[in-house]
Amino acid sequence: MKPAPFRYADPGTLDEVLTVLSSEGEGAKVLAGGQSLLPLLSMRLAAPATLVDINRVPGLDTVEATGDGVTVGALVRHNALLHDDAAARVQPLLARATANVAHPAIRNRGTTVGSIAHADPSGEMTSVLALTDGSVTVATPSGVETIGWRDLFVGPLETSIHGPAVVTSAYFPALPARSGTAFAEAARRKGDYAVCGGGVVVTLDADGRVAAVRAAYISVGLTPEVHDLTDAVVGQPADSADWAAAGELARTLVDPDTDLHASADYRRLLVGVLTERTLAEAAAEALGGMA
Amino acid sequence: MSTDTERTITLTVNGVPREATVPVRRLLSDALRHDLGLTGTHVGCEHGVCGACTVLVDGDPVRSCLMLAVQVHGHEVTTVEGLAHSDHQGGQVLHPVQEAFRECHALQCGFCTPGFLMTIAAGLEARDNSAELTEEEVDDMVGGNLCRCTGYANIKKAVHHAAEAMK
Repeated sequence: MKPAPFRYADPGTLDEVLTVLSSEGEGAKVLAGGQSLLPLLSMRLAAPATLVDINRVPGLDTVEATGDGVTVGALVRHNALLHDDAAARVQPLLARATANVAHPAIRNRGTTVGSIAHADPSGEMTSVLALTDGSVTVATPSGVETIGWRDLFVGPLETSIHGPAVVTSAYFPALPARSGTAFAEAARRKGDYAVCGGGVVVTLDADGRVAAVRAAYISVGLTPEVHDLTDAVVGQPADSADWAAAGELARTLVDPDTDLHASADYRRLLVGVLTERTLAEAAAEALGGMA
Repeated sequence: MSTDTERTITLTVNGVPREATVPVRRLLSDALRHDLGLTGTHVGCEHGVCGACTVLVDGDPVRSCLMLAVQVHGHEVTTVEGLAHSDHQGGQVLHPVQEAFRECHALQCGFCTPGFLMTIAAGLEARDNSAELTEEEVDDMVGGNLCRCTGYANIKKAVHHAAEAMK
């Protein structure tokens, strides 16, 4: 239960980080909050030759909220995002989801961007990146590129980013007008990995009828996916729509696995229940916003 | 920039400047116990689940098994040994959370206790204790710490007791 030996560097600039990553090659791994990486090292599930700690790099710990969306720097801790009121106003899913990330002591250290780069299908922020149609910015020795969420997540704990690269920020577009959100999960102990969870966005038309419904789940499937549930409730009044039907539809769209914690059937049941519940909550919020 | 396999770190622990030379793979929890001799911090699961190793880094509770010792270079760490303070007559005055644990019998074997004490002390110090403490808040505060003597009822009672004392 101790990490295997590794080499360590904590450069003070992004350029230096990229230089070290380049010279250390494939065996190098970026360390940000470490709340997922350190357990992997201690359990010897990962044994990188070199850890490149980015915690000393300036300028990566800011949250920028504009009317278009929220940019979260690579060193922003979950807890900072959870309490960022400006970010919550632009995209309420950020605070709602981070409130479900682990326990306070872990949120104090873990980073939102690191959690996305870790690409764990049970991570809250991967699904929020998908649900908001977000992207990440990646710095490499040859320049900076932006990768949309669809091209980012390749498999469990696997992204399309290879070679010397650092994810410097994640971008979450703003919530559309006349919309509401909700996020919920079921876990054995609050703050533990969810057996199943998910976020929803409900968008209404000018008459308060359902125009669009989207949902993304965690601990269901290998990579984040966004499901369009609009067909089940389109055109229905937001205060009396048949959310159970939308939950039913969601159950037929997901393809969860059985593992030690829950059977696939149980996860599918939870998808239905959580979807119905969160949609009603999100729709009420959307209606409230129009009043 | 070069990479290292060993480093000398300086930090402040419980208000005292300390120095240690550690392999870079040394976890903060192990550095506190082995290199600095502060065995009050307990090591349970070593992967962030149990909360027994919780300490404060720059005032915020963190899992010391999920940080490397080299990462606290230049920072301030508070462990359970730093909770009580001297009464200037050769004795020690317990922190209100420690006092509440004693009053409410909130520990049996004591293994998880240091982590609970640090978590609750930081949680209560961060809030306005004149406001009523809800059950949900208490659950959230202690939910990340495991007690396998299953003494949660008394632990939660101690949180309320301490909040009362810290008003």
